[in-house]
Amino acid sequence: MNTRHLNTVWVVLMLATLATLGIGEFGARFGLAGPLAMAALLAICFVKGRLVVLDFMGLRGVKFFWRGLLLGWLLLVSALIAIAYWIALK
Amino acid sequence: MDIAPDTHHTVPASAPPGDLAIWFFILAELLAFGVFFAAYAFGRAHNVELFNEMQQTLDRKAGAVNTVLLITASWCVARAVEAVGRSRPATGARWLLAGIACGGGFLVVKGFEYADKISAGINLSTNTFYMFYLSLTFFHFMHVILGLVILVALWVKTRQGAYGPADMNGIESGAAYWHMVDLVWIVLFPLVYVMR
Repeated sequence: MNTRHLNTVWVVLMLATLATLGIGEFGARFGLAGPLAMAALLAICFVKGRLVVLDFMGLRGVKFFWRGLLLGWLLLVSALIAIAYWIALK
Repeated sequence: MDIAPDTHHTVPASAPPGDLAIWFFILAELLAFGVFFAAYAFGRAHNVELFNEMQQTLDRKAGAVNTVLLITASWCVARAVEAVGRSRPATGARWLLAGIACGGGFLVVKGFEYADKISAGINLSTNTFYMFYLSLTFFHFMHVILGLVILVALWVKTRQGAYGPADMNGIESGAAYWHMVDLVWIVLFPLVYVMR
């Protein structure tokens, strides 16, 4: 993993964090609230987690089994959060 | 989002970087946090109004600052591993020190958050939200402390020249643990501080 790539990943992660905070602070003002905000937050969370797993943890070039375990965890947790959120809406 | 690296492996490595044992430990930790996250989410489903109201009492900006600190620490550690892999242990040690500083910053910010809550008379029995908030974030807080102990050990050994391109196992294992601590917070922050 070269330094420029790691730096790019860091910048993307910073921007994504800013987006998460932005949704929390101003989302409702721009119609980004409720299930839409939840979906956006989970999508950002997955993008960030995936970059950490693939590029910081260094699993990008490793057999799918290992990437699958960690990304699978991320997907499973996101799905459970989404299901619980959906239940709360009812 | 996909940021393609400039190197391509035609044959994927069969094992992840570092010691295989640390990856089983990481998976066990992720499983524990996963159960905790699900418990919080389903606990919220049965107390939506309470959770939404109490979430407003959290310092969201402090949570965001801590996200920046943990991600930056992870980036520093990744840069340290990369430097050591290019036979530059002194550079690697400096990156590790920067990572330790960011991790320490996380503890300071979280410490202020806890002090604020404790001075307001909030504890585990205040309500269901705070029971989850305090236990979940403190569980993570303890992992940050352990992660920092590991980073300090890596820093000392890197300064001593214990790691290099031919011996990356120790530094890669410790780095993987730290990235796990970061990964967990990446889920925790939106879940507890933002989602409503």
